[in-house]
Amino acid sequence: MRKLLLPIIIISATLLIIARLFYLQIVDDSWIKKSDNNAYKIKYEYPERGYIYDRNNKLMVANQPSYDIMVTPNEVADDVDVNELCNLLHIDRAYYDLRMKKANVYSPRLPSIFLPQLSKKEFAAFQEKIRRFKGFDIVKRSLRDYQLTAGANVFGYIQQVNDAIIQKNPYYKSGDLIGRQGVEEVYEEVLRGTKGVKYIQKDRFNREIGSFKEGIYDTIAVQGKDITLTLDMELQKYGESLMFEKRGGIVALEPSTGEILALVTAPNYDPALLVGRDRSKNYLALERDTIGIPLFDRGLLAEYPPGSPFKILTGLVGLQEEVIDENSTFVCRHGFSYGRGAFMKCHDSGTNNLNSGIYHSCNTYFANTFKLTIDKYGKPDLGVNAWASHLQSFGLGDFLGYDLPPGRKGLIPTAKFYKRFYPNGGWRSSTIISNSIGQGEIKMTPIQLANMMATVANKGWYYTPHIIKKIEGGTIDKKFTTKHVTTIAQQYYNPVIQGLFDVYNFGTASRLKVEGIEICGKTGTAENFAKIGGVRTQLDDHSIFVAFAPKENPKIAIAVFIENGYWGARWAGPIASLMIEKYLKGEALTQKAREEYILHNGLKATYDKYTSGMPFSINH
Amino acid sequence: MKNQSVTNSVDWITILLYMVLAIMGWMTIYSASLPREATSIFDLNQVYGKQILFILGSIPLIIVMLSIDAKIFDKYAFIFYGLSILLLAGLFIFGTERKGQTNWYAFGGFSLQPSEFAKIATSLVLSKYLSDVQVNLQKVNHQLVAFAIIGGPILLIMMQPDAGSAMIFLSLVFVLYREGLPAWYLIAGFSAVGLFLLALVIKPIFVIILLVVVLGLHYLTAKRVNRNPIAYTLILVAASAFVFSVSYVYDNVLEPHQKDRINVLFGKDVDLKAEGYNLNQAQIAIGSGGWLGKGYLEGTQTKGGFVPEQHTDYIFTTVGEEWGFAGSIIVIIMLITLLFRIIYLAERQKTKFSRTYGYCVAAILFMHFFVNIAMLIRLFPTVGVPLPFFSYGGSSFWAFTILLFIFIKLDANRVNEW
Repeated sequence: MRKLLLPIIIISATLLIIARLFYLQIVDDSWIKKSDNNAYKIKYEYPERGYIYDRNNKLMVANQPSYDIMVTPNEVADDVDVNELCNLLHIDRAYYDLRMKKANVYSPRLPSIFLPQLSKKEFAAFQEKIRRFKGFDIVKRSLRDYQLTAGANVFGYIQQVNDAIIQKNPYYKSGDLIGRQGVEEVYEEVLRGTKGVKYIQKDRFNREIGSFKEGIYDTIAVQGKDITLTLDMELQKYGESLMFEKRGGIVALEPSTGEILALVTAPNYDPALLVGRDRSKNYLALERDTIGIPLFDRGLLAEYPPGSPFKILTGLVGLQEEVIDENSTFVCRHGFSYGRGAFMKCHDSGTNNLNSGIYHSCNTYFANTFKLTIDKYGKPDLGVNAWASHLQSFGLGDFLGYDLPPGRKGLIPTAKFYKRFYPNGGWRSSTIISNSIGQGEIKMTPIQLANMMATVANKGWYYTPHIIKKIEGGTIDKKFTTKHVTTIAQQYYNPVIQGLFDVYNFGTASRLKVEGIEICGKTGTAENFAKIGGVRTQLDDHSIFVAFAPKENPKIAIAVFIENGYWGARWAGPIASLMIEKYLKGEALTQKAREEYILHNGLKATYDKYTSGMPFSINH
Repeated sequence: MKNQSVTNSVDWITILLYMVLAIMGWMTIYSASLPREATSIFDLNQVYGKQILFILGSIPLIIVMLSIDAKIFDKYAFIFYGLSILLLAGLFIFGTERKGQTNWYAFGGFSLQPSEFAKIATSLVLSKYLSDVQVNLQKVNHQLVAFAIIGGPILLIMMQPDAGSAMIFLSLVFVLYREGLPAWYLIAGFSAVGLFLLALVIKPIFVIILLVVVLGLHYLTAKRVNRNPIAYTLILVAASAFVFSVSYVYDNVLEPHQKDRINVLFGKDVDLKAEGYNLNQAQIAIGSGGWLGKGYLEGTQTKGGFVPEQHTDYIFTTVGEEWGFAGSIIVIIMLITLLFRIIYLAERQKTKFSRTYGYCVAAILFMHFFVNIAMLIRLFPTVGVPLPFFSYGGSSFWAFTILLFIFIKLDANRVNEW
């Protein structure tokens, strides 16, 4: 018995130790995390963001260096001289406490943003004394450097990631930048590149003692790729300058490719406003402008009733449905009577065929055509659906699928839509007759309207509009090189195009002719309403114009919307003419007086009267 | 039969275990003290270089131990003991202080820790005393002599103060039990430790209530003839006094850092930057090892120097981190295999002196092994004792070598005795 005591004690003690070791090493995995916390820190190497060029390889967006101060709370000494730090960086104690608290919440051992985007002077002053502030670090990042004051809506902007993004996407860490809106958002991963990660082993004094595990977890930074846009920088700048004191949008496309040549929204802002330390202040100011809404890209987001340009589609559908041919005539007596005293006014009178119906923009002609189309199938819902499916083949009523923030669908009403409106039936062609002239329920965005013109220019097909032309070392999405063919046969486009050409010869745009360029276009005027003080109020009509040129082998298709510009030929038409000549000839040489007028006159007085709170009259 | 060659009669299994442990120990020390720029393994500015010197230096010691007449250990035991006591006492005049402990002599660049060697001398004297046929540990006065032999060095070492080394000598009580010490000494001893721990965890009054209940139940279930109310009362009074004094000592006598060491053990909140730091880092190192460890020379805790004094008392953290649970088990198995080999050898000795000495060696090595590792994994309060053959240090390595090889010599010599 006495022999056994020591062996028993040894065995028991050993089992005790093994059990405890098993618990520590195998069961409890918290030690691994604590060990990792000790063992390494992660350093990121930020690649430079890709440049953005225009279609003629002109540099539009480059980079400038920016310096952020990062803080790693664990490494900050207890006796750090907060007062000196605050003085050096021109911040106050409350800011210091707030940032430290936030950084601690994010992670005590990872760097968090402390002060973003130092000025050069602050950077130099801090750089000298950084050794005295353990745990504070300077990180160099690149910010955008814009070579033009236009195109803000196309480019979008870059901003620091917020908590929601950090949680959703593990790539982003506190202080990282991310593209928002425009191509910066859509091509974020291309432009951004991939940041490099270095795991650096630390010792207990937090000194770096070389790479962790010979760098097997390290990755090198991948440079961001440059991209070339389809945008014509000069045309974009010109378009924005033409929008002086006007609200609305201009969208110009190259019909043969679907490339976006210009995408103008007004009012716009200088993209440089959203760079640097004043970014948030400026952004807030832009966001708070609820009247001009400069952050609202009207070219993609604004849904307007298309007005008279829609007659192009009414005519094409009528031809395809064979309810009219190019020789069909309708008599107009200043309007169209569609039963029981209902009457649609028309500025025209006389007998029109398709050609003169277009260039006179005769409401009666297209109301008749529309009525025949809808009534063709006996039941209005069949007629409406047949009509709508033709329109859908132009990409209307749905997202176009371009490589910019998706914008809006617009609206092409179908039988289903009207059944919801009129649950007990009783609707027929005459009920929805306003659609024939682009009023009624139809809504289109300027880019849809421009794409419609491109499709007409191509006589029946289009490519999805897109902003990307080339990605350095990459390819662009296949969907931009896939042809969409409309349900309207090619031969029906010829009489319509001739009608659009005659708009400039004898019609509503005869005074907008440009010497040496054969333009096909269509004016438009759309009634519109807004709530002012809670009351639905009719405002001045929108001025609308669509065009493409030249007539043979078209190079540009354009849609111009000027909010409350009264009639098409007043503002939108001249702007379209100027844009077309500018693009085709490099300069609007033949229209100097018109250019001068548009560049310096606008609709400020009109817009001001809506917000004045005083009663006002419209359309004069 | 006489004077058989030493090489034939030594126990090669023990020597092999010794060598493997020393080599594994050195490899671990190398990992724990590797500088950023690698130098020669013989670089004497580095602790791993010095440890090679210590290991090589043990070879002449081994030769001497195995060559000299085994009777010397028996014969001069008291002289060795006397020398040890003198060296321990001399520390108070000539000793050098390190971390608040005056426990070593400095000779130029060389240091000597006499408490390491006192273990050997004490073992020899205890063995000599117990091997006297007239000594009977059932007798109180013989018990007292045995306790005095152990208690002398403990007293001097406690005054340095070096609680860890002193604690090692307590392991010799197991040897006394093997040689006839009544069992109730051990029962009382373990009870005291148990009460001590209880008194720290719960309030003294509850400990006493618990005692009353346990003793009361024992009294009621005991045979009528054994019921001695006076004895039960005495035990209760003594135990209560002990509990209160533990509580008093904890509250009024212990220094804050000593309290912290006990608090750390019980997982009470301790500042991880101060007293709790070492132990926390040690646990991180061991705990992050997982099944197979991070790989030799790949321990991040070890490379980053997070565990202070990692090459000495905390050397096992490197084993745990780099070799994982599997490696730790292997090292532990090597150590207890050595212990059991020694116990086995001790039991086959023909003389009581050799047997007792063998037990002393086993008990001392066991106490080092247990206290050292148990401390790192928070089974025991923090005290500084080296892990035999693993921890860096000339005094301890040589002392363990001599301790072991005296026994190997005695064992080899058993055929010459009768």
